[in-house]
Amino acid sequence: MSNTKSTKTVMDKEGIERCLTRIAYEILEKNKGMENLVLVGIRTGGVYLAERLQKKMSEIEHGKIPMGILDVTLYRDDISVSNKKPRLGETKINFSLDEKIVILVDDVLFTGRTIRAAMDALIDFGRPRMIQLAVLIDRGHRELPIRADFVGKNLPSSLWEAVRVDLVEKNGVDEVVIEEGT
Amino acid sequence: MKFERKDILGIKDLSVDEINLILETAGSFLEVSTRKIKKVPTLRGKTVINLFYEASTRTRTSFEIAGKRLSADTINISSSTSSVMKGETLIDTARNLEAMNPDVIVIRHSAAGAPHLLASLVKQSIINAGDGAHEHPSQALLDMMTIKERKGNFPGLKVAIIGDIEHSRVVRSNIYGLSKMGATVVVAGPATMLPRDIEQMGVKVFDKMEDAITDADVVMMLRIQLERQKQNIFPSLREYSQRYCLNRNNIKLAKKDVIVMHPGPINRGVELSPDIADDPSFSVILDQVNKGVAVRMALLYLLTGGSE
Repeated sequence: MSNTKSTKTVMDKEGIERCLTRIAYEILEKNKGMENLVLVGIRTGGVYLAERLQKKMSEIEHGKIPMGILDVTLYRDDISVSNKKPRLGETKINFSLDEKIVILVDDVLFTGRTIRAAMDALIDFGRPRMIQLAVLIDRGHRELPIRADFVGKNLPSSLWEAVRVDLVEKNGVDEVVIEEGT
Repeated sequence: MKFERKDILGIKDLSVDEINLILETAGSFLEVSTRKIKKVPTLRGKTVINLFYEASTRTRTSFEIAGKRLSADTINISSSTSSVMKGETLIDTARNLEAMNPDVIVIRHSAAGAPHLLASLVKQSIINAGDGAHEHPSQALLDMMTIKERKGNFPGLKVAIIGDIEHSRVVRSNIYGLSKMGATVVVAGPATMLPRDIEQMGVKVFDKMEDAITDADVVMMLRIQLERQKQNIFPSLREYSQRYCLNRNNIKLAKKDVIVMHPGPINRGVELSPDIADDPSFSVILDQVNKGVAVRMALLYLLTGGSE
């Protein structure tokens, strides 16, 4: 493949699996089990991670934890200033969020704007008792006062780098790569 | 793909990719209307003007709800309560509305081409909500969305459209759209209600309704426009309904899983017998209305960009 961008793999399949297993345990430890817990994955990367966490947590606790899908497009703060119309995906949250502890799941935490949009959206769905954030990668450069409760890996990055999370469900391979000069 | 259009004037000039994008976007919007709080902040600060020169319940309400659920400010102007009554021309009305800086103008007008004229005059996005007997794109899009949901996809489908083809903008938009998407469209109606050039649109024409609906996957019944009876294009309602009313008997000619559509408002017992209109195993009429809000949300969403 001819690729002029230099890329560096920073996490492989096993690394991602180990991170998710640890996060699954941490979520259960912090919340003392999975009573009242629900998972909500942010489209698109967060959805696959939420599904994997759902599987792991259900296995650990021998029960099923509900999972929903959230598309934050309609809540983005750049929607009225940008001329690009992002493709709108379906939101699917088939359960009430009232009094639930919502674990919001995304692949990369960067500026924090996606999470702000996601929290606004969640609150339109009900009144969760608590919202906690789980991300695979925290790459820094926050523009809003937002932090994650569960982090797979802190990855200090430059602004001119791009952090890409590939997942089997999406691109056929599990890896986290840094692309330079994008 | 990116949606680059300023206006939605007709289905004729939309590409298959654009139609698919609109239908897919509308599919995602369906969910918003099922929430407890049926409102998203997407179009905050945008203004949508519904400019209706003809009577409408469904379309106007649907556009208004669509705008409101996206948090746009919606303003309705109907010709009976506006300066149109004082003799203001469409062009003057348009220029005045433009000066108030709305973002989208939705227009229905009895003259074919009125939305196109408006689109060429003002910088705002124009959505055609029905112009004369020309086009009614949002109706065709919600029809296509309903068909797609029920039947999966368009290629191989037979869609029969029955009634007053000549005066129907719904038919024209649907023929353009359904043919583009790969469905076969057939029409039937009294000779006085069939436009002479209709075959050129790529449809098969039947005189008898029974021939048209045989083996159809979708039967779309059109409203017989009672106000046209004065023009002597059909002898009597009774005779019309004897030949062109869809009922328990003739529907058996269509496929077993046929769906029955109607753009509304229905003349019960004239073009559609009430037992078919109200039978949920055939009728998807209220489903069409439900899809209408989602389709119009999609159109407003796709058309309103930011400042350049």
